Amino acid sequence: MARTDSLQGTLDLLVLKTLSRRPGLHGYALVAAIHDLSRDALRVEEGSLYPALYRMEEAGWIRAAWTTKDTGRRARVYDLTPAGRKQLAAAESRWQILTAAVNRVLRTA
Amino acid sequence: MSQWSRLVGAIRGNRLNAEIDEELEAHVHDAVAAGRDPEEARRALGSRLRYREEGRDARVVVWLADLVQDLRFGGRMLLRSPGFSSLAILCLTLGIGANAAVFSWIEGILLRPYPLVVEQNRLFAVTGTDRGAPGHTDVSWPDWLDLQRHSTLIDAFVAEKITGSTLTIGDRAERASGSMVSANYFDAIGVRPLLGRGFEPGEDTGRNAHPVTVISYQMWQDRFRGDPDIIGKTQVLNGLPHTIVGVAPKDFFGTFVGYAFQFWVPASMQAQFDAGIYKLEDRGARWIEGYVRLKQGVTIQQAQAELSAVAARLEQDYPGTNRGRGIRLFPLWQTPFNNAGALLPTLGIALVVVLSVLLIACANVGNLLLVRAFARHQEMTIRLSVGAGRARLVKQLVTEGLVLSVLAAAGGLIVANWLRNALALLTPARGGVLLRLPGELDWRVLAMSATVCVAATLLFALVPAVLTSNIDLAGALRSEAGGVVGAHGRTWIRSALVLIQVSLSFVLLVGAGLLIQSMQAIRNASPGFSADGVLTTSVDLFTAGYDPQRARVFQDELIDRLQALGGVESAAFSRMTPFSYRTYSSAPIAVDGYDAPADQQPTAEYNEIGPGYLATVGIPLVSGREFTRADNESGPLTAIVDETMAAQFWRGVGPVGRRVQVKGRWMQIVGVARAAKYHNLLETPQPFFYVPLRQNFSAAAALQIRTAQRPGAIAPTLVREIHALDGNVAPGELITMREQVERTTASQRIAVTILVAFGGLAVVLAAVGLYGVMAATVSQSTRELALRLALGADTTDVLRLVLGKGLALTAIGVALGGLAAFQTTRLMGYLLYKVSPRDPSAFAAASVIVVVAALVACVVPAWRATHTDPIQALRG
Repeated sequence: MARTDSLQGTLDLLVLKTLSRRPGLHGYALVAAIHDLSRDALRVEEGSLYPALYRMEEAGWIRAAWTTKDTGRRARVYDLTPAGRKQLAAAESRWQILTAAVNRVLRTA
Repeated sequence: MSQWSRLVGAIRGNRLNAEIDEELEAHVHDAVAAGRDPEEARRALGSRLRYREEGRDARVVVWLADLVQDLRFGGRMLLRSPGFSSLAILCLTLGIGANAAVFSWIEGILLRPYPLVVEQNRLFAVTGTDRGAPGHTDVSWPDWLDLQRHSTLIDAFVAEKITGSTLTIGDRAERASGSMVSANYFDAIGVRPLLGRGFEPGEDTGRNAHPVTVISYQMWQDRFRGDPDIIGKTQVLNGLPHTIVGVAPKDFFGTFVGYAFQFWVPASMQAQFDAGIYKLEDRGARWIEGYVRLKQGVTIQQAQAELSAVAARLEQDYPGTNRGRGIRLFPLWQTPFNNAGALLPTLGIALVVVLSVLLIACANVGNLLLVRAFARHQEMTIRLSVGAGRARLVKQLVTEGLVLSVLAAAGGLIVANWLRNALALLTPARGGVLLRLPGELDWRVLAMSATVCVAATLLFALVPAVLTSNIDLAGALRSEAGGVVGAHGRTWIRSALVLIQVSLSFVLLVGAGLLIQSMQAIRNASPGFSADGVLTTSVDLFTAGYDPQRARVFQDELIDRLQALGGVESAAFSRMTPFSYRTYSSAPIAVDGYDAPADQQPTAEYNEIGPGYLATVGIPLVSGREFTRADNESGPLTAIVDETMAAQFWRGVGPVGRRVQVKGRWMQIVGVARAAKYHNLLETPQPFFYVPLRQNFSAAAALQIRTAQRPGAIAPTLVREIHALDGNVAPGELITMREQVERTTASQRIAVTILVAFGGLAVVLAAVGLYGVMAATVSQSTRELALRLALGADTTDVLRLVLGKGLALTAIGVALGGLAAFQTTRLMGYLLYKVSPRDPSAFAAASVIVVVAALVACVVPAWRATHTDPIQALRG
């Protein structure tokens, strides 16, 4: 099962959400997309990305396929599975609750 | 990455490795294309090896890392709350220790009772049976040999009979227990003597033809100081020098559950150990108890069928002695002729009891963990919200539980080791006989204990773990934000755990109460003779070398001397004293005008008694007279029958003056005695009669003395009077008849001790559990209580509220326990003597104890509740 690195859930959430908007991304493109979508605010640690991808693939949330790029190189691209969609919904609501709570604390404390 | 290496990778099962390499390579390529430095891009990905591990072996590696982390974390958590930890470990230690102890007793006494004896799983006990009569009998030597001759499914027949010998030391006669065995004994059970040899073929034939003995290691050490040249020396056993041919190995104690034997003699010496009565050629005399080792793959049913067929043939061939006689096999753990059979129900009950105690302990620890889990609610909630898997949390809590129970199991094994000899300590000693009722802590017991430990962990750790992992995040965070302790709704789990504890301990208390009552009933039960005011001992003139003529004179003179003493009302000899472990004489009988069913041979046991015996031991005469000195070898043969026998053979119509045939000799009936108990208090009445000792003489005899004096006071006088007649004769152990009777109730006493001890433990544990729940309830409802107090409730109202809740829980627990006890106590079977398994007073007493314990447990939380400071509580 998952290691309990803090905010690991966050990385999962970001990857799932990005894939739900832009299916069929390969690893490098994912990093770039998250960077773009967050308006340059979030830079995904490349060292954490691939373990997360393999783990989520293992869990059945995403599936991978090899495609050949224009350059002739093969690339491994990722897509959400139905289970991944469900997981995304759960993780999203959890995130909302957490941030709302943290916000409340920040407002009131 | 070439096609070739990709192919090889696939064949090797390393496809994933190759793919990871390729994917990471592509990533670096993209990064460089976007203008990044190749080296920097590579470093950013980290070690390729790490991905490989995390990709492929993620599960194993992470699992192990998590386990180590959990163990360390669990250890830290336990250290942080030492009070909680020590209470939990103490509860579990008692639970697991009690289980391990009972397992070890079952292993050491029932399952593998005989150290060094090989393949005990193929060993079965053999007894005789009488058609139409309950229970078991012994087997005659000629029958034993015939069974052996005609069976094909059995590897070995091992005959044995427990016996005793007097080892005279100074003016004290020390008893040693031993066994008469068939010559194949040591070979058949696979025990090689440490020194010398076992018995040789043929040494079990001929009357007193082979005075040889194998002695125990302990006897060799104690009496011969480990003399290395012991073989060939002699030891006097029952007055006859026996050549020591072997010394048994250190850990061999014989094949009789309960005793450690000190010597073995071949069966040919039977008469020497049976006061001169020769039985090897007497098909009517049944005295052998023994074992058979079945051939590989033969079932007990097959062997039983074959032996029954042989017994049926013997019945046809020898109707005079064998009519109605059968043979029965028992697994070792049901052996009826030693203490295995007697302890079987006790150990069965003990097993149920300790499992209940363990359940109660688990419920307690589960409760403690729940309390702590709620205290750690916040920790868990945060961990969940930042993405820890629920399974991961469950695993961590279970690991913490495992740390607890492994520590407890270690302690439990120490407890079990202390308790190894507890059964022997609870069993009353018979003079000079070495008791042996050991627990055996072998790998099977350790494995069972480990299983119990794991099962216990799952029981007590899983419930809180699952509950915790089901935390409703949204709800939890909301309530956390509001500053209120959550999980109010889950207290029902804790209440349910307390219910289980209360009801289980109630059942145990009812069981203990019933056994105490039964014990009381046994203590008050009349054995049919006077237990008080009568002493018994033995005077063995046979061993002392007396011939019958001299022995008769000695016995008469000793009785005269004793009766002349002030304080002695009367004294009488008999061959047997009631409630002895030795066997009465028994014989086929015939009565004028009584026709037994064609397939049955009426048999009865009898005792050979001296003049005045019945008056001395206090058995009243219903009609006729006692034996007098005139009933001697020159007078007509006489007998006294008991009421049971009179009712069965003469239908109660005055048998006095009629006659009975015993072993072909007709005897005149001169009296009818009130029926008494002969072996133990629990026996069912069987026909029994008496014959004059003079006409059926035994020089080794029991001596009964009716006196108000205590054994210690009269023993010196007894020795003085005996020595006045012969300085070389010593009496055996002098005890009261009361003690003689109590020696037969050991298994009841053990059961009572175990149930009372564990029942008490269970109540304490349940009270601790109830206290925990009530304390938590009070602290969780501080606001509510404060509000009530602020609104004008006085302390009695609050007290009533809290006590009411605690007692309501207790009442439901008692009701459930009552239902369970109502259904289960009858399983105690024969351990209950003259007590109904549904005896209301046992139930009432158990209720009172549980309620009092509950009150004690609730008082402190209730008192604390009344001292809630409304202002403080409401402001907080």
